[in-house]
Amino acid sequence: MKRASWQEYQKDIADDKYYYARSCIRQNFFPGSERAFLDILRGDLGRDVMDDPIHTSCTGIGYHSDVVPLETIMTVVARQFALMGEAGYENFISSCITSFGIYTEILSTWEEFPETEERTREYLYKATGRELVKPRSLAHTSDIVFHFRDEIARKAKRKLVNVYTGRPLRVVEHIGCHYAKIFPKSGIGGSEFPYVLAGMIESWGGEVVDYPERRHCCGFGFRNYLVQANRGYSIANSQKKLESMSPYKPDFIVGNCPGCSMFLDRWQYAIAEMEGTTYGADGQGIPVLTYEEMAGLVLGYDPWELGMQMHQVDVEPLLDKMGVEYDPAAKYLGRDGRYIGKPERAAVNNGCQRAIYDIKL
Amino acid sequence: MGKYFDMLLEDIRVQEGLRSCMNCGVCTGVCPAAEFYNYDPRQIVNIVLTRDDDEIERLMRSDVIWYCGECMSCRPRCPRGNTPAYVIQGLRTLSQRLGLFVESEKGRQQLAIKRLIGDNILRTGYCIVPRNVVPALHPEQGAVWEWIIDHDKELYGRFTPVYGSDGAGALRKIDDESMQELHRIFEVSGGKDFYATIERHSERKAREMGYDGADDDYMMHTYTTNSEQHY
Repeated sequence: MKRASWQEYQKDIADDKYYYARSCIRQNFFPGSERAFLDILRGDLGRDVMDDPIHTSCTGIGYHSDVVPLETIMTVVARQFALMGEAGYENFISSCITSFGIYTEILSTWEEFPETEERTREYLYKATGRELVKPRSLAHTSDIVFHFRDEIARKAKRKLVNVYTGRPLRVVEHIGCHYAKIFPKSGIGGSEFPYVLAGMIESWGGEVVDYPERRHCCGFGFRNYLVQANRGYSIANSQKKLESMSPYKPDFIVGNCPGCSMFLDRWQYAIAEMEGTTYGADGQGIPVLTYEEMAGLVLGYDPWELGMQMHQVDVEPLLDKMGVEYDPAAKYLGRDGRYIGKPERAAVNNGCQRAIYDIKL
Repeated sequence: MGKYFDMLLEDIRVQEGLRSCMNCGVCTGVCPAAEFYNYDPRQIVNIVLTRDDDEIERLMRSDVIWYCGECMSCRPRCPRGNTPAYVIQGLRTLSQRLGLFVESEKGRQQLAIKRLIGDNILRTGYCIVPRNVVPALHPEQGAVWEWIIDHDKELYGRFTPVYGSDGAGALRKIDDESMQELHRIFEVSGGKDFYATIERHSERKAREMGYDGADDDYMMHTYTTNSEQHY
């Protein structure tokens, strides 16, 4: 496949008036990112985003761990779309890659198997009295940030540039399997050359790292993480990616999917504790950001207001490289500004002996 | 001959994902589960295509169908347009409907997933909420997660005004009417029946294995047991 062929994989992204569906995983692990997305869209870009207080989970984690049947998730999704219609919106945006894959798949299934749409409409009406309204456009929230990447660049307070060397920061992007592997044409750049995060990185001054396992799964594997006995699968697949990217000396990883971002962060902790191995500079971990955090830093947001204290791998080395001014003590403040203590120290932040980063390619 | 094959084909995912296989093995080459387990999605497709009831039943009783992570990496790569992961989804669904999942160590884990994720959906409206990710069961979540859970109201309160309460925002409490709608959706679309099927067959198997039914001890057994026979 020729690299230029990704250009066939473009999609229309609505310019305004979005119905926003939250993510179970993102709000648990990156609540600051969800807030930042809304602040950036509304405050910095002046867009209308509906944050509906009555939508539920899409139930996608239950579906992909095979306890929620297809007919059930279809009806739950139909309710989300019905709520969008009732609120007067047509452009549905999802903050979760698992959900995005499911919304994409279900819309496609309804096209290909019309009897499933008919059955879903009946179930929805019987259960809720609501009428299914299909969205005019469907996008992941990163598609929206990508759509406005040049506008964000024009408003940038900082660039993805190392202030000590003047060189672009080296960024590993991980788009998450369900963004484009289920329906490649639903993702910008498709599944082979996805451009959604790479486009942001390039627009904001950074350099995208290419490495052998760039398209490998983060290792979530649904039941392979959810059940304790299966987690060897999850850590082993994350490790495969980390071992592959480390010699390319990334300054940070940016994730499309909240689950992937969390796993690539937490498994670095576990590997450092278990084996004394780290993958970043100076024997430390590689910071893992969400794209909302990356955009927020570029726009001048405070890292602790973005929620970056909830990462296991410390982000301060990256903040220093970017020239971000921050109050180190504010990292440990609660909602009322009171000090709430610090997490226990972790090997991944202390400098390990066995670092892959220093291997010369 | 073909009874189980016909049942599988009632699942539109199997209709969509199962065509003739040219045995190129690309699906296996890119498969994260094949890297880790003794697992070969190409063989799964081949076995189902034999339409042999004994072979397909053996699959549905085995650990093998539970290794896939449903990452869907196989889907865009197959030159024939197959999706082995869709076939897996069909096999897993049928294995649970027929009660065959309890005959394998990995299959029995469905009870833990049903209770930890499935029941939580009907309790909270979310697949997970922070306090479900119990640090003792999730040591990999690290020191930062213990800190977050110990100070959850203080920390989440920095980012959302509605942590566990009414209104719009992250981690809001989902209102009673929406929860009732969710419950009714699960009733009319078969979700609750499916949960009950998992419980019923787990109860039977738990007693067969010497437990006092599918209680917390049995569930934790399914959640933590790894015979190390999978590699």
